[in-house]
Amino acid sequence: MVAMNACEVDPIIKEELPANDIRFSVPQGWPQPVYDYSTNPLTTEGFVLGRKLFYDTRLSRNNTISCGSCHQQFAAFSHLDHAVSHGIDGLLGTRNAPGLYNLNWHPSFMWDGGVNHLEVQPLAPIDNPVEMDEDINNVVVKLQNDADYRRLFREAFGTETITTPLILKAMAQFQGMLVSANSKYDRYMRGETSLSASELNGLNLFQQKCNSCHTAPLFSNFQYMNNGLDSVFADAGRARITLLAADSGTFKVPSLRNVGLTRQYMHDGRFNTLEQVLDHYSSGVVNSSTISAGVVGGIPMTAQEKQDIIAFLKTLSDYSFINDRRFADPFAP
Amino acid sequence: MKTIKYFFLLALTASLVFTSCKKDPDEEPAPITPAATTGSLNLHFENMVDTNALVLNSQLYTNANGDTFNVTKFDYYISNIKLTKAGVVKYTESNSYHLLKASDLTTLDIALSNVPFDTYDGIEFMIGVDSARNVSGAQTGALDPANGMFWSWSSGYIMLKMEGTSPQSTSMGGALTFHVGGFSGANNTLKTVSSAFNAETAIVSSSITPEIHFAVDLSEMFKNPTTTNFATTNMIHMPGAAAKTIADNYADMFSVEHIHN
Repeated sequence: MVAMNACEVDPIIKEELPANDIRFSVPQGWPQPVYDYSTNPLTTEGFVLGRKLFYDTRLSRNNTISCGSCHQQFAAFSHLDHAVSHGIDGLLGTRNAPGLYNLNWHPSFMWDGGVNHLEVQPLAPIDNPVEMDEDINNVVVKLQNDADYRRLFREAFGTETITTPLILKAMAQFQGMLVSANSKYDRYMRGETSLSASELNGLNLFQQKCNSCHTAPLFSNFQYMNNGLDSVFADAGRARITLLAADSGTFKVPSLRNVGLTRQYMHDGRFNTLEQVLDHYSSGVVNSSTISAGVVGGIPMTAQEKQDIIAFLKTLSDYSFINDRRFADPFAP
Repeated sequence: MKTIKYFFLLALTASLVFTSCKKDPDEEPAPITPAATTGSLNLHFENMVDTNALVLNSQLYTNANGDTFNVTKFDYYISNIKLTKAGVVKYTESNSYHLLKASDLTTLDIALSNVPFDTYDGIEFMIGVDSARNVSGAQTGALDPANGMFWSWSSGYIMLKMEGTSPQSTSMGGALTFHVGGFSGANNTLKTVSSAFNAETAIVSSSITPEIHFAVDLSEMFKNPTTTNFATTNMIHMPGAAAKTIADNYADMFSVEHIHN
């Protein structure tokens, strides 16, 4: 009965994917995740509920903006071609919406690391006056008044009394399931495919020049670094949270998985292309008091080397991830 | 084939649902103890400003700096309550998180249950929410982020929130906004209150449910050791040195007034 009811939510997705596809597993060779569902048992019902919440505009004050508005699946859950996103009433934020994938491995969230746990992450955009600008208490009321949500919460958590922690648990179930580990690079590492000469050369160059911060297999060391964008910091970055001068102008190192799908680039989305990004590292680095030692003076790369590195970076695009129907918008026609 | 698939799905779904119904250990009922070995003890908190009872909104007060102010909100967490006897912890409340709100008198009484029969001569608790619960994701009850005591952009609880107005404040509308929090590092605002009852005791028995009355003096937020000048300090809304200064001040705002046995 429970399963039949759940099928009414989105018959296409349910039909295609048996329940046992909602499983979380650690890809071969990856470290153990930070978030492992030990306090939030992953269920199909919790995932389905979390997915609906992720795509529901009722999380915003005037019911216009959902998480999916600025985190689009086809762009690996980033906001394609947007340096910064439009939030509620067309208001602009100050930072680029990052792609969402492999979140269970992140020790912190947001460019400044201000959010310390996957479950409480959604509160930040909901609260933010230029993003969703809604009081979570109003979200609870809106959902409580919706019979379909009451059913979904009962199926997921055994209660029709909707609360903030249950909303957050469900969203963590969905967002944690966004695992991207099936790019061409991954298939190469598993011995299932080969890389071209250019891609292979790019991989070797990447390991020499980039991997110390964008560390495989997650392609980030999840530290806060200043990569030499500015000499004067319009955005204090990590220092906004820590208030430490040493953290001024540092930002969380982004994962480069799916980087070919998630333009634009940098915390403020200032670069449109990967070529611009590599040009920055080779010849655009600006000195400042907190600059990361690894980029001082730039990272030398020839034009050919840049081409090869970009060819490699594009092997990190995970097309099965961005086409996975389990992660698609259930409100879409 | 399809039917079989659905049965499988149904069975699996059912098992998953049962798993999900397991409650958080914190929400499990306290273990059943044999009758007549435990009782109850009540804590009552009376918010004050100096020697006057706190009256929200209408009443004007003066801080140690001579600045006039009123109070529109005074909310704070108390957590990890313990009862002691001769300096030894004899009782620890489970899932001990309480949000006290001056605007809601029912929150100013805390009933401790399953307290072993004994004669207690001291109490300990934390002002604020321990660091573990600041880093553990979505919490329930008093710690539900919907209570407005959680910073969404810099994860962590607001340990104490005092709002009001003062003609000396340079903020818009003369606002006073003291949102005090921060659970780690140099600017940790967590404070532990440890108070002996002096000559008094709280006797928990089959016939006695003692009640401990605390005075909570809001004026301590703004003095001892650092006197607050509302012209220069009127808005704190993030962890940092300013928040810690206020927390250092209010660390001694709780005092045991008397005990009913």
